[in-house]
Amino acid sequence: MKIIKGRVTSLKRRKRLISAAGSAALLLGILSNSTAAMAEKLGWPEKEELKFGFIKLTDMAPIAIAYENGYFEDEGLYVTIEAQANWKVLLDGVIDGRLDGAHMLAGQPIAATMGYGTKAHIITPFSMDLNGNAITVSNAVWDEMKPSIPKMADGRPVHPIKADALKPVVEKYNNSGKPFNMGMVFPVSTHNYELRYWLAAGNIHPGYYAPHKSDVSGNINAEAFLSVTPPPQMPATLEAGTIYGYCVGEPWNQQAVFKGIGVPVVTDYEIWKNNPEKVFGITAAFAEKYPNTTIRMTRALIRAAKWLDEKNNANRPAAVKILSQSNYVGADYDVIANSMTGTFEYEKGDKREVPDFNVFFRYNATYPYYSDAIWYLTQMRRWGQIPETKPDSWYMDMAKQVYRPDIYVKAAQSLIADKIIDAKDFPDFASEDGFKKPQQHFIDDIVYDGKKPNDYINKFSIGLKQGDVL
Amino acid sequence: MSAVPYTQTTHVPNKLGVLVRRTIETLVLPLAGIVVFLVLWSVAAQKIDTSLGKFPGPAAVYLQFGALYSEHIIEREKAAAFYKRQETRTKERLAQDPGYAPKLRAYTGKETFLDQIFTSLITVMSGFLLAVIIAVPLGIATGLSKTLNTAINPIIQTFKPVSPLAWLPLVTMVVSALYVSEEPMVAKSFITSMITVTLCCLWPMIINTSVGVAAIDDDLLNVSRVLRLPALKHIQKIVLPASIPMIFTGMRLSLGIAWMVLIAAEMLAQNPGLGKFVWDEFQNGSSDSLSRIMTAIVVIGIIGFLLDRGMLQLQRFVSWDKASASR
Repeated sequence: MKIIKGRVTSLKRRKRLISAAGSAALLLGILSNSTAAMAEKLGWPEKEELKFGFIKLTDMAPIAIAYENGYFEDEGLYVTIEAQANWKVLLDGVIDGRLDGAHMLAGQPIAATMGYGTKAHIITPFSMDLNGNAITVSNAVWDEMKPSIPKMADGRPVHPIKADALKPVVEKYNNSGKPFNMGMVFPVSTHNYELRYWLAAGNIHPGYYAPHKSDVSGNINAEAFLSVTPPPQMPATLEAGTIYGYCVGEPWNQQAVFKGIGVPVVTDYEIWKNNPEKVFGITAAFAEKYPNTTIRMTRALIRAAKWLDEKNNANRPAAVKILSQSNYVGADYDVIANSMTGTFEYEKGDKREVPDFNVFFRYNATYPYYSDAIWYLTQMRRWGQIPETKPDSWYMDMAKQVYRPDIYVKAAQSLIADKIIDAKDFPDFASEDGFKKPQQHFIDDIVYDGKKPNDYINKFSIGLKQGDVL
Repeated sequence: MSAVPYTQTTHVPNKLGVLVRRTIETLVLPLAGIVVFLVLWSVAAQKIDTSLGKFPGPAAVYLQFGALYSEHIIEREKAAAFYKRQETRTKERLAQDPGYAPKLRAYTGKETFLDQIFTSLITVMSGFLLAVIIAVPLGIATGLSKTLNTAINPIIQTFKPVSPLAWLPLVTMVVSALYVSEEPMVAKSFITSMITVTLCCLWPMIINTSVGVAAIDDDLLNVSRVLRLPALKHIQKIVLPASIPMIFTGMRLSLGIAWMVLIAAEMLAQNPGLGKFVWDEFQNGSSDSLSRIMTAIVVIGIIGFLLDRGMLQLQRFVSWDKASASR
């Protein structure tokens, strides 16, 4: 007994030493090369029964696949997966402990940690996917947009379609006193920022937020009025005429095509090529209390993401079959397959190749980049959700509080050590500093450099700039 | 002379006539009603086009019954496999880590339609029983004492018309604030649904019980007075038997409301049960969704009907005045 006890404490001490060494390495900026972490064998999970929440969207796939392929069980985790009514319910569930983790909008952990909305320290060790959203307008709006869109030789519209084509329609509505309403899924959702980005790039003002004056409707100076609708209800709300268009993830754009009630005009891939989308969110307290469980769930999710993209999307049809089960996304196989298998149907019959519409693993999609977090922060500032100017260092601090590549690296290295995934499938951890190179592929051709957030904010013609206060 | 065959001939058709009339009343008429309804339904269903396809007719619903049942069977098989895997995994771990305290974990897969029916039934019954425990004594007390009745009546009358769904957000918040434990015996969502059911059962039961108690025949009360029955004996021997019909009317009424409210509460709060099933299917928006929802509606209706009949039988069973318990 005594011997065992002694061993345990010495082990504990060693672990502490190792983690101290780890944080020292982190500070030096040598993020990964902590051979100490590699040598440390991953311990048993401290908490084995977990409940994860998700919203019925195809990008929840890594969670479903990790469950169905037994990756969670391989880690000794017994996970229950539960659909949530909306993003607010989901976030509250994670905060109050009803859920251990959840599929989240990238903006949610950031906003929660910052205290915009409910304040709670939420972190993410795993970025769930790239792209996967689109903007859909009603048939009537599409008919009015069409004359201003240039055509290709075969008569189909030239893509990407810019919001310039929507501008005259919005003006017409506003002149006749009808507010041009559009739906997005949550005030800090990717969809809100993408829709705003697209509208503003086409010179349509989507409106400001002013939380310091308790105006969180986001409609100050707006030409297009954005409001929240839960993703699965988007098609029904569009059909009811409450909104004229929306930005949402799949399958709810393809659903509009199938139901014949609307036309997707632009995918987020075209607004910002390979934009980071959902993340897997847990509380900071959870990660601290159950470090092994956290690493193990990250391992399972990484494996699932890899499976989803493996062999040039060869597993996608199988994934679609799983997602179409009523307890996951539940939409028809054909609707989900339309976007998950590398194509996207715009106007009925206008199906185009978009091989990267859903990216789960390639292009280092799962690595939580600080620069991704900072992009969301810049958009929060641009639209007034962050009411006052912040120094660049503040953006870095926020990103480092929320995005946790350290956990990701531990999970990835143990997968490499276990020979489950090749090291070449991951970024080079020795040199990775968490910032993507300045990114160019935006619909308005503005270049984004995550290391200079204030510079970036100042480049937009519509939006708050450094020093602006509403 | 001719009187004997005459009475015989009239007697036989008479008996037969009663039998025929009874069969028509209890079997043929309801069957005819159902058949006409089914025909109207399937004709109307074909005429309604929604963005999720045609409105489900009886045939689609019948197919879904089969599909939902086979899903249930498949899920049970998956559960069996899950337990098997868990067993081997636990053994492996015990071999590597002898200090591990193994624990059997419940199946983590989805709840099937049948599971959800069961969940809803358990929830409605526990909420209902909790309401009985609170409402019947309270009703008796207010029925017996005019003073108490006058004091409490305004409160009851104020809360009675409030839809329990309006309480739901408060109940949810209070339950999640007060019901905290590491290893909860029952899920929070169950408590929330149960309390919502209790809240809606409470008022009709209190009112009916107290009215029933207050309306006891003076003769009976006088008997009790003459015999000088002590208070508890008085309630047991006189009050309860005399007011049972009214108490049960209140119970039947509130169980009916409770079943309706529970489905709505489950939909709204996303608590497991038939209401969640309906909402999930609506959200899925697949081509089967509408027929699955219709199947759930039929099941909800049948269960509601059976609950009501069950209460009626119980009421007949415990009530001394069989006439008052009809309908």
